Amino acid sequence: MTTQKKNSIAALFASVQLALFLLFLLAATSIIGTLIPQNNPQGFYIEKFGKKTADLLHILDITDMYNSWWFLTLLGFFSINLIVCSLERIPQVIRTIRKDGLAIQPEQLEKFPLHTEKILNGSSADAAERVTSLFNAQGWKYRHTEKNGGQLFFAEKGAWTRFGVYVVHVSILIILAGAAVGSTIVAKKILRNPHFAFKGSIMIPETESADHIIAFKSGTRLDLGFSVHCDSFTIEYYPNGMPKTYRSKVTVIDGGKPALSTDIEVNRPLTYKGVTFYQSSYQPYQDYIVSLKKKATGAEHTEVIAPARQMNWQPENISYGIINREGQGEVTRRLKIWFTDHKGEPSTFWVGVGQEAMIERPTGTYSFQARQLYATGLQATKDPGVWLVYSGCLLMLVGLFMAFFLSHRKLYAFVQPLEGQSRILFAGEANKNKVGFSDKFAELISKLDK
Amino acid sequence: MNSSQLFGITMIAYLLAAACYLGLVIFKNQRIGLIGMLLALGGAIVQTAALGLRWYESYQIGIGHAPLTNMYESLVFFAWCTTIFYLFLEYRYKARVMGAFVMPCSAVAMAYASFSTRMDDQISPLIPALQSNWLIAHVVTCFIGYGAFAVAGALGMMYLLKLSTENKKANPQALFASLPELKVIDDLTHKTIVFGFMWLSAGIITGAIWANEAWGTYWSWDPKETWSIITWFMYAATLHARFTRGWRGRRIAWLAIIGFLAVLFTYFGVNFFLSGLHSYGSS
Repeated sequence: MTTQKKNSIAALFASVQLALFLLFLLAATSIIGTLIPQNNPQGFYIEKFGKKTADLLHILDITDMYNSWWFLTLLGFFSINLIVCSLERIPQVIRTIRKDGLAIQPEQLEKFPLHTEKILNGSSADAAERVTSLFNAQGWKYRHTEKNGGQLFFAEKGAWTRFGVYVVHVSILIILAGAAVGSTIVAKKILRNPHFAFKGSIMIPETESADHIIAFKSGTRLDLGFSVHCDSFTIEYYPNGMPKTYRSKVTVIDGGKPALSTDIEVNRPLTYKGVTFYQSSYQPYQDYIVSLKKKATGAEHTEVIAPARQMNWQPENISYGIINREGQGEVTRRLKIWFTDHKGEPSTFWVGVGQEAMIERPTGTYSFQARQLYATGLQATKDPGVWLVYSGCLLMLVGLFMAFFLSHRKLYAFVQPLEGQSRILFAGEANKNKVGFSDKFAELISKLDK
Repeated sequence: MNSSQLFGITMIAYLLAAACYLGLVIFKNQRIGLIGMLLALGGAIVQTAALGLRWYESYQIGIGHAPLTNMYESLVFFAWCTTIFYLFLEYRYKARVMGAFVMPCSAVAMAYASFSTRMDDQISPLIPALQSNWLIAHVVTCFIGYGAFAVAGALGMMYLLKLSTENKKANPQALFASLPELKVIDDLTHKTIVFGFMWLSAGIITGAIWANEAWGTYWSWDPKETWSIITWFMYAATLHARFTRGWRGRRIAWLAIIGFLAVLFTYFGVNFFLSGLHSYGSS
């Protein structure tokens, strides 16, 4: 009884009906998450659907359904189904491939849908000679045996392509395994090592560094083991005002020393020690980076300043500050500057953000430049499973090609003497693209006459 | 001559081609069918030139990029893929009446792109997220798949129409008598789905790799991604039903049509009804 039960469970997981059912169920349930917005705070759902429905959605984990226990269980069943189903069928495929083509009875060849008879003048030895040279010329490696008073030749191509569909199945399992390896949930709950795989973000104001990130969802702080310094953040625009580039110049500082400096842009992430940093957002601050330079001596001064505060450049005895601003939303376009060397009336003037202004003073000429201070928002990801996912993807394409476009082709020829002449019976079969193979078969035999 | 005018000519050629192919089915006049094919072929050539010209024009205004970046351009490219794939099938399998089912698809796509107020046919610069070499690989693979699935859906419809007339034992002069044998349509539907499935898989994979480069995650269950995998599941189920359960004929024809509806939803529905990371495809 128990073995029977076990067998029936095994049979269920080996069945294609289950696979069809699971594919349908995965497709149908996946729709839910595209209709109900995912991963919003509970208040969002209460407002949108009412308290009762929101509670139900919460209980069924529909607010984060692709990570819910029931969706992952479905994927688990799908994987088991793939494994059991493939394991059960692969031995059959191996048996099919190992089947000796020469074991066939020559009379059976006449029952093949694809067969042709040829009568040649001359001995059967001559005919056999022509068959072997035809097979050789067309690249069919043949084996032969004596049978029923004649000679049977057999050749095959692409037997391995019968594994194509199982290559696809394995590739799906590899992708799912890669997803599990890179999963932050697995890292946290099973490996108990949130540093193994994580996704999070950091906001780094220009001129400052960050040595940790804030993980998504949990909001926990994860130390990187090195720090990322934001040298600058810039936005470039197209003439029509659309953003063209978001660029962070960053320096990685590892063990107190700068390890590398590079730009991070959208579509151009930085990977360092397995952690990849992506340009994902920015935040304009209401502070400004001021650069001053005295033309005559080349003396320079840089400072981050807030508006409406008097700043001093001590050795040069300069005082300056921002007394007014113009801009759009949080982005400043122009600044009004107050500047004095304490000789005569102070200078006041408007200057565009990022533009250089020249100030003539009794003590000499100074150049002035102010940029708005930004913080760059970087997403930081560590996904040790991604190479598995990519290998799985590549394998899937190879498998699909094998499964759909390559076939296992067999070619038989039986040569026997027939009343002073000789008779050749050709037969062939392919497991896919039978029409294409029958053309190839006819073409091959037509070459015998030449 | 600019690319917009050439796309206009393409649209007219496809509309006339669709009309001729319908004429072929109704009047069984081979000459009308030949004219239809020539119009479709001519349209495809003009459209190829127009696509190249639009690409060139984008460089001339200093924002060079492949013409694959918004809904207008994607519709035009969809019509192109569908027509080219169909012409290849017609040439290979000598079944011209299929055009009566496929070319209306291309014509409607071109007309919708040209006339819908939703469409912006300006060449606009690329936002940072789209500035990637993966753009071409991702869009081209997806749309070859979409084009093949459109043809498969049309073949499915053709099968069901033919079947309904056969059931009635209609005379040889009946409307759909000129359609190919049921067995031939069934085989072509299957082959087309197989071809489309391969490209859809490649499209999802290139999309995943690109997403990982741009957003730091290869799969985020964004509605577009989710619907593409739903479509993939549906075609995977169709293929399994055929290979292992022996489904043929009417069932596969229906699945080809339902599968194409899923493709349409992945393509349009997600952009128009749901929000997500692919929102730049909606105008």
